[in-house]
Amino acid sequence: MVKRQPVGAHYGLKDWIAQRATAVFMAIYTIIFAVCTLTLSEFSYEAWSGLFSSGPFRFLSFLFFLSLFYHAWIGVRDIWMDYVKPDGLRLSLHLVTLFLLVGYAGWAAQILWRL
Amino acid sequence: MSKRTVHFKIYRYDPDKDEKPYMQDISVELEASDKKLLDAIVRLKTKDDTLSFRRSCREGVCGSDAMNINGKNGLACLTDVDSLPQPITLRPLPGLPVIRDLIVDMTQFFKQYHSIKPYLVNNDPPPERERLQSPDDREELNGLYECILCACCSTSCPSFWWNPDKFVGPAGLLAAYRFLADTRDQDTNARLDNLEDPYRLFRCHSIMNCVDVCPKGLNPTRAIGKIKDMMVRRAV
Repeated sequence: MVKRQPVGAHYGLKDWIAQRATAVFMAIYTIIFAVCTLTLSEFSYEAWSGLFSSGPFRFLSFLFFLSLFYHAWIGVRDIWMDYVKPDGLRLSLHLVTLFLLVGYAGWAAQILWRL
Repeated sequence: MSKRTVHFKIYRYDPDKDEKPYMQDISVELEASDKKLLDAIVRLKTKDDTLSFRRSCREGVCGSDAMNINGKNGLACLTDVDSLPQPITLRPLPGLPVIRDLIVDMTQFFKQYHSIKPYLVNNDPPPERERLQSPDDREELNGLYECILCACCSTSCPSFWWNPDKFVGPAGLLAAYRFLADTRDQDTNARLDNLEDPYRLFRCHSIMNCVDVCPKGLNPTRAIGKIKDMMVRRAV
């Protein structure tokens, strides 16, 4: 069994940048979403669903969900890295998180294109 | 300041005698000349000579007497004893193994420090006199070279508590940037490669505990940010 602690995986910068970029995009989307929702002609399901029927808004919303899930992937992975010591358990948790978030992304697309 | 009595609550643990650590309540009468916490602890040792702690320069240069004072890391020699609410609770630096009382084993801390190659790498033949820098280039090293390696910052960092074997810690990263920022150093790429790792550098979540406790007023969080800046500039 290898007892030495290997470090030096040579990644991390892209994730660090992505976490910040996705945060900025989500902040911008939140403002766009708030403005679009508050300026609806009437507060009804039809008006709200009409908003999502426009291609660009649907595209932006899908990008928002992708940003959210990628942001969450890095954040949750950081939690596992901080607190979960056994390597096997940590890898399993990484995989469960990844599968869940990919599933959520598919689910979000399904919901958005059904509206 | 006249004579006054100061009350302490001190973490005690002698692995040869004690089954587990305990907090000792003890008071000591200080002389008028006792101004700093270190003076008070040295006075305390005349009363109970089994109390163990490190100290050397007694003026904030050697970094030996770092400890957890009323819940916050600091140097005993730079802390005014009269400014502290009593009882003054003293504990060893958190997160490192305790050798005895207030003395911790700093092997892991120095291992991380050594891992960043804390020395100038320059393969050019040495000039007859020193390697010169412009005043502007030299200015960049201010706020970096002053670190005395007391470990107050790294041992107040939760990321260092959880991963002391993998995360370099604020003291090590401050030193890393000190050499990255040095125009005389030629190892920039290898230094950045060495740090580009989700554990070694990116465990820092910028909570700034290190800045809060540094007895020299340094800012490891800013230095870590500048390392990330250098990595981004290198990558894009």
